[in-house]
Amino acid sequence: MALLEIRNLNVHYGAIHALQGINVTVEQGKIVTLLGANGAGKSTTLRAISGLLRQVKGDILYQGRSLFGRPPHDIVRDGIAQVPEGRGIFPDLSVLENLNLGAYIRSDKKGIEEDRERALTLFPRIRERLQQKAGTLSGGEQQMLATARALLARPKLLLLDEPSLGLAPQIVLTIFRIIREINETGTTILLVEQNAHMALQAAHYAYVLECGRITMHDDAKALAESDAVKKAYLGG
Amino acid sequence: MVALLRGFYPYAIAILIAFVMYKVMPVGAEKIDLGILQINSFFTKVTGAIGIAIIMAVSLNIVNGYTGQFSLGHAGFMAIGAYTSAWITHYGSIHFFGNANAMEGLFTKGSALFVASLLAAGLVSALFGYLVGLPSLRLRGDYLAIVTLGFGEILRALLNQTQPVLDEFDIEEATRGEIFTGLGGALGFSGVPKYSNLFWVWSVAIITVIICYRLKQSIHGKAFLSIRENEIAAEAMGVPTTHYKVAAFAIAAFFAGVGGALFAHTLGNIVSPNEMNYQRSIDFVIMVVLGGMGSISGSVIAAVALTILPESLREFSEYRMIVYAILLIVFMIVRPDGIFGIREFWEVKWIRRLFRRTPKETHAP
Ligand SMILES: Nc1ncnc2c1ncn2[C@@H]1O[C@H](COP(=O)(O)OP(=O)(O)OP(=O)(O)O)[C@@H](O)[C@H]1O
Ligand SMILES: [Mg+2]
Repeated sequence: MALLEIRNLNVHYGAIHALQGINVTVEQGKIVTLLGANGAGKSTTLRAISGLLRQVKGDILYQGRSLFGRPPHDIVRDGIAQVPEGRGIFPDLSVLENLNLGAYIRSDKKGIEEDRERALTLFPRIRERLQQKAGTLSGGEQQMLATARALLARPKLLLLDEPSLGLAPQIVLTIFRIIREINETGTTILLVEQNAHMALQAAHYAYVLECGRITMHDDAKALAESDAVKKAYLGG
Repeated sequence: MVALLRGFYPYAIAILIAFVMYKVMPVGAEKIDLGILQINSFFTKVTGAIGIAIIMAVSLNIVNGYTGQFSLGHAGFMAIGAYTSAWITHYGSIHFFGNANAMEGLFTKGSALFVASLLAAGLVSALFGYLVGLPSLRLRGDYLAIVTLGFGEILRALLNQTQPVLDEFDIEEATRGEIFTGLGGALGFSGVPKYSNLFWVWSVAIITVIICYRLKQSIHGKAFLSIRENEIAAEAMGVPTTHYKVAAFAIAAFFAGVGGALFAHTLGNIVSPNEMNYQRSIDFVIMVVLGGMGSISGSVIAAVALTILPESLREFSEYRMIVYAILLIVFMIVRPDGIFGIREFWEVKWIRRLFRRTPKETHAP
């Protein structure tokens, strides 16, 4: 059984039909990426999974159970953490306070300590800035903080919305290395990206979303070789 | 939530401080001569008003500061507390003691009734806080402000329509309905037994500060702040934002209700619908904004300053609002986040620098 199964998902924003019946399967332990241009509906898909949208049709099964009709905080408790688009840090709170909020749903103090330690080992730059206001971090550091914070919920499924957005190539490399490291510790990842090159290297399986429809899906390697993807997303 | 009340010493010390203030500060014609300064009962009155202002500002900070909602109805909750407790002590005194006069002394049967009325005031007000908080789930910013403003004004209109207060003789022939609505109408609730004094006011004020500070430091406090900082991200962390938004209103209203009850039982205060109008709500909002949205110590300092200021400008009381306005404008230009932002004064960099002799190196290795 797949960890997450999106079936015939339809989302409307008023007159806009943002998702037009998409099917996506995320297997346990894998990195699955969802590629697409601006406005394709990538963030919408993640928001639907997290329970942040109202007008949704179709179904989303997580561990065999439907996620529909459940409030977002309940879904987080079930092991789905999201790093929202634009990072969504709490700017006036310290980096440490941001991290602690990531563990909001947990009460096992020791486990939280351990996971914070683990997350800070992945992101040493964050460790040096624990007392700093999160809003004063650089863009890349904020992305790292947002990812580290999501890890503190100890998710089974991590939803990442464009982690490379606006970052220098060097930082993008670091972020993607860490994404793979997170995955190797057993966390399943659904990665939304416009940087198809990086995403296809990191992912096991990939979907291409165009104007609310899935137009292609295949193993990431195979997709990276396909002419259509090369032309549209890999600049060649 | 129970963890917020843990510990004996903070509360014991709070009560001790309040007791000392009650003993030291002069009442009636008493005076303390400090040479340059003659402390008389007017100082006692202002000290009491400061205590109540602290309760109001610190509690409003939970809604307007921590959660970043905009309530303009805090005086309404104060009124609910004032009327609830006044009704209980007035009619309760007649029922239990035969007349509605306050008993002398700190620990009397009347004081027990008074303490019960404080709790009841808090709880009734919290219930209204819950109800007024519900729209906050769908509305924000200006729209929520208008709803809370409307709540205060509706309350004022309703209180204006109530029946005259009944004394121990009227009550013999009165119906239940008349007793229940005997809140004094536009004239106000006259003859509230004056049980309150610096002991009660400052015990509650200091305890309110302790609880609100602990709340802020707890994970619940961080959850409140996360909603104000970024509601979507807060949801993504699993914070049940709807619970918290309504809870903020209910908790703040609880303390405001108790504050109103203390106000009602203080000598010299009038309990009337117009006394607790939106103007007063705005006063509390100004305290929170000036002190820093989310800063408890900021709210305390602003409450002290903005209570003393109009008293010292008493002769020019018409200009009070002009002074306020100018102060606010200047402040918002110089320090747009209030005096301390969301931090406490001992956490703020520019204050720390004042107390540090050699500047500490803050570079990471
Ligand atoms: N709240 C909203 N109200 C109306 N339309 C919306 C709303 N949110 C998204 N849309 C529309 O839905 C479509 C999909 O948006 P979505 O945010 O999912 O795109 P995306 O694939 O994440 O794009 P990007 O790469 O630019 O982030 C867009 O056309 C967008 O304008
Ligand atoms: Mg997007």
